[in-house]
Amino acid sequence: MKDRPDTGAPNAPRRRGGKLQVKSVTLAHGGGGKAMRDLIDDVFVSAFDNPEIGDMEDQARLMHAALREPGAQLAFTTDSFVVSPIEFPGGDIGKIAVCGTVNDLAVGGAIPLWLSAAVIIEEGTEVELLRKVARSMRRAADEAGVHIVTGDTKVVERGSADGLFVTTSGVGVIPPGRKLNAGRVRPGDVAIVNGVLGDHGAAILAARGDMALSTEVESDCAPLNALMEAVIAAAPDVRCARDATRGGLASALNEIAEAAGVGIEIDETALPLRPEVKGVCEILGLDPLYLANEGTLVLFVPSDQAEAALAAMRALEVGRDAVAIGRATDRNPGSVVMTTLFGGGRIIDMLVGEQLPRIC
Amino acid sequence: MKYADEFRDPVLARALFARIEELAAKTGASRERPLHFMEVCGGHTHSIFRYGLEELLPDSIELVHGPGCPVCVLPMGIVDDCVAIARTPGVIFTTYGDAMRVPGSNGSLLAAKSEGADVRMVYSPLDALELARRNPEREVVFFGLGFETTMPSSAFTVLEAEAEGIGNFSLFCNHITIIPTIKAILDSPDMRIDGFIGPGHVSMVIGQAPYRFIAERYRRPLVVAGFEPLDILQTIVMLLEQIVDGRAEIENQYSRVVPEGGNAAALGAISRVFELREFFEWRGLGSLDHSGVRMRPEYASFDAEVKFDTRNRRIADPKSCQCGEVLKGVIKPWECKLFGEVCTPENPVGALMVSSEGSCSAYYQYAGVRARALRAEARISAS
Repeated sequence: MKDRPDTGAPNAPRRRGGKLQVKSVTLAHGGGGKAMRDLIDDVFVSAFDNPEIGDMEDQARLMHAALREPGAQLAFTTDSFVVSPIEFPGGDIGKIAVCGTVNDLAVGGAIPLWLSAAVIIEEGTEVELLRKVARSMRRAADEAGVHIVTGDTKVVERGSADGLFVTTSGVGVIPPGRKLNAGRVRPGDVAIVNGVLGDHGAAILAARGDMALSTEVESDCAPLNALMEAVIAAAPDVRCARDATRGGLASALNEIAEAAGVGIEIDETALPLRPEVKGVCEILGLDPLYLANEGTLVLFVPSDQAEAALAAMRALEVGRDAVAIGRATDRNPGSVVMTTLFGGGRIIDMLVGEQLPRIC
Repeated sequence: MKYADEFRDPVLARALFARIEELAAKTGASRERPLHFMEVCGGHTHSIFRYGLEELLPDSIELVHGPGCPVCVLPMGIVDDCVAIARTPGVIFTTYGDAMRVPGSNGSLLAAKSEGADVRMVYSPLDALELARRNPEREVVFFGLGFETTMPSSAFTVLEAEAEGIGNFSLFCNHITIIPTIKAILDSPDMRIDGFIGPGHVSMVIGQAPYRFIAERYRRPLVVAGFEPLDILQTIVMLLEQIVDGRAEIENQYSRVVPEGGNAAALGAISRVFELREFFEWRGLGSLDHSGVRMRPEYASFDAEVKFDTRNRRIADPKSCQCGEVLKGVIKPWECKLFGEVCTPENPVGALMVSSEGSCSAYYQYAGVRARALRAEARISAS
């Protein structure tokens, strides 16, 4: 990692585990000296271990055959993660940080290859927690088939951060000919989601513990690049995909409606929702359409490829519950309208600010 | 989902819609001369829009979205008082979620929070009391608002604080009462309500007796209603049956929750802790006599109005704002000049655009397609 000072022997085999003896992180671990090197080596580099990170230069140097294809495009994205609590049912900040960035690449049709990880640590954070987070990043990276090739750590005073913030950036390659773009959605195209909505948001709300709610719901946090590859293979004219993270499905659909200048009509009875998530929303006065997801995407395909896309998705664990939820239309361009249980219509607008529960 | 889906069954709903059509035809109401039913409670407004019920009703029935959104009727001066208390050093200011977004003359509680005030959302005043226990060096203020629905929990929390001798908890009491509000609407000269969809959760506390004057003196039916879509549809059926029969009675559709006599323990706590104010200033409706409560002098040591300098600043509603007319059912939200252009959920001018229970916000968010089309229609015919 780049903060590590030059040892003068870049290719020498180095022992990376077991150097850090302390229980929690102090400001010294951000000071640029031996303590910092120990933290980086022992916690992060040893967990991420891959050929690109091994050289320990100030930058990762990358080669990939896909880059040589004429017409191939680089895809590049970045995202910061500040989730509280750091660990929650179904994942932790590390898993989310890897999955989130992998998914931002994947929904554009890119094959994710490399990630960076920058970590801001609040003084006093337990080293064991960092180890868990780093291991979880590695597991998610392995699952997605990406390498974490460069990174950075900073330690800030107690109170200046909430435990741990992680920023990941990702680079991927879009093979020649792929043009996933929200602007390409046309009236008649079918909207498909890969699974149930709102699990992440509901799991986080329950895990925060302010509500004395106990639920079995786990975050849906998962990499979706394999799913996207399967969809693209089965439905080559897939128009676009968006992961329904912050702001939930409602925000993703609104972005697409606006970009494409089409209306989007969804069917309330088709929306896949776990009874537990519906229950949490009923109790807290929230709308599951606006709850965050970390492993759920919505995509649009021409109607004659919808069945193929659904079948390809359902063959994978992350797409087992894939279902068509509606379609694009030429009515109400720029708006998302939901047909309610009773056949009435309801506009699903962008969320204004934070979703706040109603009084009664 | 158990105990919720049963009340949202589309097949049963269709049967109720058919019954509503049939009864409405018998009343002689028409699109030109529709029946006006007011749902007093914001919870009903929310359900009506969430399930798109309004556009499925016959043209001969119009729903008027009443004043029962406690956030919506909060005057700016009170929000300003809240912000002033929240900014006092050492204070943890707590309240319900959507109260945090109501604009005062100088920003909302959310804005104050971003500027450093310690403002926290709680789901119950008991959570605020727990904060007071855990932070004995801080003064924890709970901003209590709402009708009789939320009043008992505020009262019980004060009684609990007294019993435990928790000195660093206080209530900023801005609770309001439903009966004077309904009376003000009935007395308004431009009133045109033919029946009321009665508040369910308020009635769970106060029972049904307090509504009798509506039937006896004003000859209007009121049916206490639950909040699920089938509850609301059945309530409309019951109102129509009364009108067809020429009756004006107080009936209870929500009998699974609302007992005839209300909740004696809750009423007892309310009357121990609170007393009526001479008047209370409402956003959109102006000052209504005896429509709010304050804490009794015995509980002064838990009263934020005593502990802090709350000046009850009176700030007039913006002149062009027509929330009052919308509240009384004189105009529809989309007939207001500001609707959807100057006044939006992002930048609410009037109170009714603030909470998702407010009829303007509900129209804007849920019935937007229809409201925007109607507005465009109105503009074309005006030009």
